[in-house]
Amino acid sequence: MKKLLLLGAEAIAQGAIDGGMSGIYAYPGTPSTEITEYVQNSKIAAERKIHSKWSANEKTAMEAALGMSYAGKRAMVCMKHVGLNVAADPFINSAITGVNGGLIITVADDPSMHSSQNEQDSRYLGKFALIPILEPANQQEAYDMARDGFELSEKYKTPILIRITTRLSHSRYGVTTKEMKPKNNNSLPDDPKQFVLLPAIARMRYKILLDNQKNFLDESEQSIYNKYIEGKDTSKGIIACGITYNYLLENYKEKSCPHPVVKIGQYPLPKQLITKLYNECQEILVLEDGYPFVEETIKCFFNSGKVISGRLNGTLPRDGELNPTLVAKALGIPTKDGLPIPEIVKNRPPELCNGCSHRDVYEALNEAMKSFGEKRVFSDIGCYTLGALPPYNAINSCVDMGASITMAKGAADAGLIPSVAVIGDSTFTHSGITGLLDAVNEKSPITVIISDNSAVAMTGGQESSATGRLKEICIGVGVEPEHIRVLTPVPKYHNEMVDVIKEELNYNGVSVIIAERECIQTASKKKKEKSRE
Amino acid sequence: MKKDIILSGVGGQGILSIAAIIGFAALEKNLFVKQSEVHGMSQRGGAVQSHLRISDTEIASDLIPYGTADLIISVEPMESLRYLPFLSTDGWIITNTTPFVNIPNYPDLELLLSKINSYKNVIAFNADEIAKKIKAPKTSNVVILGAAFPFLEIPYENLISGIRTLFGRKGNEVIEKNINALNAGIEESKKYSIPII
Repeated sequence: MKKLLLLGAEAIAQGAIDGGMSGIYAYPGTPSTEITEYVQNSKIAAERKIHSKWSANEKTAMEAALGMSYAGKRAMVCMKHVGLNVAADPFINSAITGVNGGLIITVADDPSMHSSQNEQDSRYLGKFALIPILEPANQQEAYDMARDGFELSEKYKTPILIRITTRLSHSRYGVTTKEMKPKNNNSLPDDPKQFVLLPAIARMRYKILLDNQKNFLDESEQSIYNKYIEGKDTSKGIIACGITYNYLLENYKEKSCPHPVVKIGQYPLPKQLITKLYNECQEILVLEDGYPFVEETIKCFFNSGKVISGRLNGTLPRDGELNPTLVAKALGIPTKDGLPIPEIVKNRPPELCNGCSHRDVYEALNEAMKSFGEKRVFSDIGCYTLGALPPYNAINSCVDMGASITMAKGAADAGLIPSVAVIGDSTFTHSGITGLLDAVNEKSPITVIISDNSAVAMTGGQESSATGRLKEICIGVGVEPEHIRVLTPVPKYHNEMVDVIKEELNYNGVSVIIAERECIQTASKKKKEKSRE
Repeated sequence: MKKDIILSGVGGQGILSIAAIIGFAALEKNLFVKQSEVHGMSQRGGAVQSHLRISDTEIASDLIPYGTADLIISVEPMESLRYLPFLSTDGWIITNTTPFVNIPNYPDLELLLSKINSYKNVIAFNADEIAKKIKAPKTSNVVILGAAFPFLEIPYENLISGIRTLFGRKGNEVIEKNINALNAGIEESKKYSIPII
């Protein structure tokens, strides 16, 4: 037993290591990145030969983790909420196949969209897959759930979902670690057809999953993470999910709430505990970060007309993350306002670093585009998305990983010629290659600029999966070699870059321009590390 | 004992180092520490903040409620005012006065500083200048931490050991520079009349 000061993300990683994990699979994505990085930097994980290399995307990560589970070992896959959309196919189907070695899918949601394009709530996808969901309230529970989650998974041969949010992922607190469990030995599934989802087998497997629903509910009713906490003031009963329990306690001296509380950390919802609360209290307030998942669900449990309030009925805001002050307001507790922000304070949005290669790409692209018309540059997800803001105002879309190329193709199909895609090297290997193949197959008149900084820069400069091999990949996909142009984006080559972009915009087919220069953050980090050696 | 602190600045200015030094020091004193920080997109030259909570009893919320923070410690003047809604009416602002100008509409510095000094409890000084004077130009963040020392209720030797823990890997010279920076900040704070805590 040791006490460590850990981020929520790190607590999950340490818990998974101590829980006997053999491999972690992930693609970087805020706020989930630190889980995998912690394992990569852990000495004990290295000694135990725990796999921790990055995957090309969340789908490949999910499938590799399922394969490790097939071979009998304990595996974790982690991603941000929108990554689960990418991995949704294997994720949902892993619930039908079931698992062999324990399998935990950890998903970090981002309410308030600190670093994301939406604030979708992964509990809906967990419910959609019909699997148990764990939602820690604090760093200690995050550790415990990851450590002990593998046994829950193996008990029912089901994958389980751990759902956290940005706030817990990126907040540090003391965590008491427990003894390390052994890793599993290799073993193969008892039933050789378990993972073969032919319709006839899938129907049987689905029945097994449905039969397990009662067991999952029983587990929730008995779970140490779901608690009924007595309170004398029954004018209101409170359901507090995950981290919102902390915001609730913050509002009471000695951290004791006068109302009865059901603290939720495991789903499906423990119906008995919630029914008890409903019967004993005059009304119910639901505190949850994300969508009104619980509020909606329990409205279907009861129809005696007691008021159930939360994010759905407007007692709490429908969007954005909760905080202690919002919870206080919902409870009718007086709050303090602090001082207003004076007018002299201006917004300071994030920006591309000085010396960043994306800057040179946008300088050249903007100049080249002048004679071709506006609003035809589709882009993607990464640092270069900041090109949408002043001073560049250079791009017109950012939707999901890889969408730049395919949207440019669709727009070209519709007659917007030329259409341009701007995509990063890692986003290209994540989900751009297949879209490029579509464009090649139809000889679509699009110009794809791969702004290659040889890193997954936005999330902290992780290794990009095909550094130095982008040209070969494009040739392999079938782009004509004479229309693959490799450039070095630095100010002194500005005119040359403008000319090359114009030439390719005039070509009536697929062009790829690879603008290749390392991220200045990773380059300076490497330089520092070298000088220290 | 309970201290709620908002740390603020611009991505890359070292507010997480301040948080880490206080965090290590508080842990060594067997205090509870909870610290929420910002990763990802906003680290690229955007406004960043961290909620740092220290207490001798368990801490519930990862976020500080509005209007209750004891301190705003800021390494950049405009950023010292962005989180005023969190500061309690008796709270203190401790800030560097060297601006980080990376937006076209950055306010006039004189107007900004007079706005800062119009608040009740303020320690505002040029920490970059002090850091240069002691030949440790990269330590202005730790100079600011030094100026916050009288409010922290954490013993000096624990902060020193926090500096050693954080910068240990970077060698003795870096450690010494940061200790000098802490001392220079503490000296600076003596110019202000601070209520005895």
